Amino acid sequence: MSNRAINILVPIISVILGLIVGAIVMVVSGYDPVNGYIALWNGIFGDVYTIGETIRQITPYILAGLAVAFAFRTGLFNIGVEGQLIMGWTAAAYVGYAFEGLPKIIHLPFALLAAAAAGAFWAFIAGFLKARFSVHEVISTIMLNYIALHISNALIKFWSGTDRTEKILESASLRSPWLESLTDYSRLHWGIIVALMMVFVMWFLLERTTRGFELKAVGFNKNAAEYAGMNVNKNIILAMTISGIFAGLGGAMEALGTFGYVSIKGGFTGIGFDGIAVALLGANTPLGVLFGASLFGSLKFGALNMPNAADIPTEIVSIIIALIIFFVASGYVIRIALEKFKKTKEGK
Amino acid sequence: MSFLEVLYFIVPSAIFYAAPLIFAAIGGVFSERSGVVNIGIEGIMVIGAFVGIVFNLFTFDVLGNFTPWAALIAAMVIGAIFSLLLAVAAISFRADQTVTGVALNLLGIAVALFSVKMLFDGKGQTDFISERFPRFDVPFLSDIPFIGPLFFQDIYGTSILAIAVAILAWFVIYKTPFGLRLRAVGEHPMAADTMGINVTKMRYIAVMISGGLAGIGGAVYAQTITGDFGHATINGQGFMAIAAMIFGKWHPIGAMGAALFFGLAQALSIAGGSIKYIQDIPPVFLTILPYVITIFALAGFIGKANAPKASGQPYIKGKR
Repeated sequence: MSNRAINILVPIISVILGLIVGAIVMVVSGYDPVNGYIALWNGIFGDVYTIGETIRQITPYILAGLAVAFAFRTGLFNIGVEGQLIMGWTAAAYVGYAFEGLPKIIHLPFALLAAAAAGAFWAFIAGFLKARFSVHEVISTIMLNYIALHISNALIKFWSGTDRTEKILESASLRSPWLESLTDYSRLHWGIIVALMMVFVMWFLLERTTRGFELKAVGFNKNAAEYAGMNVNKNIILAMTISGIFAGLGGAMEALGTFGYVSIKGGFTGIGFDGIAVALLGANTPLGVLFGASLFGSLKFGALNMPNAADIPTEIVSIIIALIIFFVASGYVIRIALEKFKKTKEGK
Repeated sequence: MSFLEVLYFIVPSAIFYAAPLIFAAIGGVFSERSGVVNIGIEGIMVIGAFVGIVFNLFTFDVLGNFTPWAALIAAMVIGAIFSLLLAVAAISFRADQTVTGVALNLLGIAVALFSVKMLFDGKGQTDFISERFPRFDVPFLSDIPFIGPLFFQDIYGTSILAIAVAILAWFVIYKTPFGLRLRAVGEHPMAADTMGINVTKMRYIAVMISGGLAGIGGAVYAQTITGDFGHATINGQGFMAIAAMIFGKWHPIGAMGAALFFGLAQALSIAGGSIKYIQDIPPVFLTILPYVITIFALAGFIGKANAPKASGQPYIKGKR
């Protein structure tokens, strides 16, 4: 087995293990796993409506996954995607409702840009702190997540006086009556196109530009990159900022597509943290993220069908996702097992 | 309210809010000192809170007044067992500690909510407990003028326990052979290994201590502050405990001090509306204060905070 095959096998085995352990949990808790997984399947692919909603759910997951993956590739662990996404969501919603009278061709890109800028700024803070004061990005982004959550809530209260902003104007909306009628009036919107474009952007940036090469080089080995004459600090800040752009756009999907407003949140959306799972499963490549997001987005949306159809709490899917992260993170053991397996086979 | 009244009100509630943070932050100190980053404290606290509440609800008929304390022990045991997941993945399987910690957080809340829905017929939160921790006056000490009402009247036993645990942790980490080994393993595992210390064993013990303490922290929070368990019960307390640990510079007493300070910020953001001057500050500033201060502490504005050297890296024998 080649290294490449093992790299692809590890996530697949992790997913299978996650589903098996999930089934065991269901059996132990007195639920029927077969019914459970059938309900999950129908919740994802049951009819055109659920397919539309599943794709809608996948959209922000792609962007959150790209944000985490991009940072990982450049040697940074961006746990702050959640906060950056909230800032992007808030900014997009504000621009979406506050600027009246703009034509769609200006208003929609403007709102998307605002979200990207807000996310980028929030990530820039962590990048700057790392480059200038060597503050570890894991801790600073966790703290920034909470700061973002509370600031966003305070802004919403300040702008609207209630617990959610006004609806965004039609000129800033990603909604599409055509897509909705195609999928039996699901909330599917044009955001999926934006997300797919960003998958391409990340690939192009990392694989086809000098800047991307430098960012990867810093991620591989800081000292070597510095010795080769690259400005490590500048690249750290840039990498964080670009990661924040993806995250901010993820927030825009919720503001301009799914919901059309932003409301006060008691806790995190979870999309940012699931983005870590997506990136990990996708081995931090753009295409891998697309697959990871499709899997986790589908699981998350399909889970909503489980309480009704099989009387199983939706949280079982969160358990499965957490287990998959565990297994992927412990890939070392799976690798060893695969190599042992390979050796015994060759021995015969 | 007069200044003194404000003080008599704010200081006890600061200690009240700080107690769970102290437990969890001390837990964090143990695990990071051994070289394992425990981002999963939040998830363990969630499990602790869940176990504490459920244990309390199902046993108070039998155990009576003793229930909340027994619930603490249950939460400690389950917390330590739950943290084994982190230990196995991060120490034995060489998984990325931060990623595993994130998985632990996701798993904690998912398992807790799944079980709540299973136990309480699909409801998203538990019933309220009827047997909470009692408040009491410390004999003699509470009669001292000024200091008495400030620190010794109407306090929770858990607050005293928290401070005792912090002092005990300081003693264990700095004054015992075990503590020396713990710190050695976190600073330079290879050197420690050469001297015959079992790095893997030390790290397992440290992670389980941190799990037990975080479990207690969660159970204290649920049984003193919220009284039930739902999806938003813990809501960031674990991360705030990590913040306290860093602000306290990975030192048990420092972590306790930081936790008390964060407790003060929480008390002010909740009760600030009725206090002169404070009520003019928008509450959001008080809410984000602990997080902002942590960033400043890390940036070196409040003295340089240095993490244990080997924290975050799996130890692989023979690898330089």
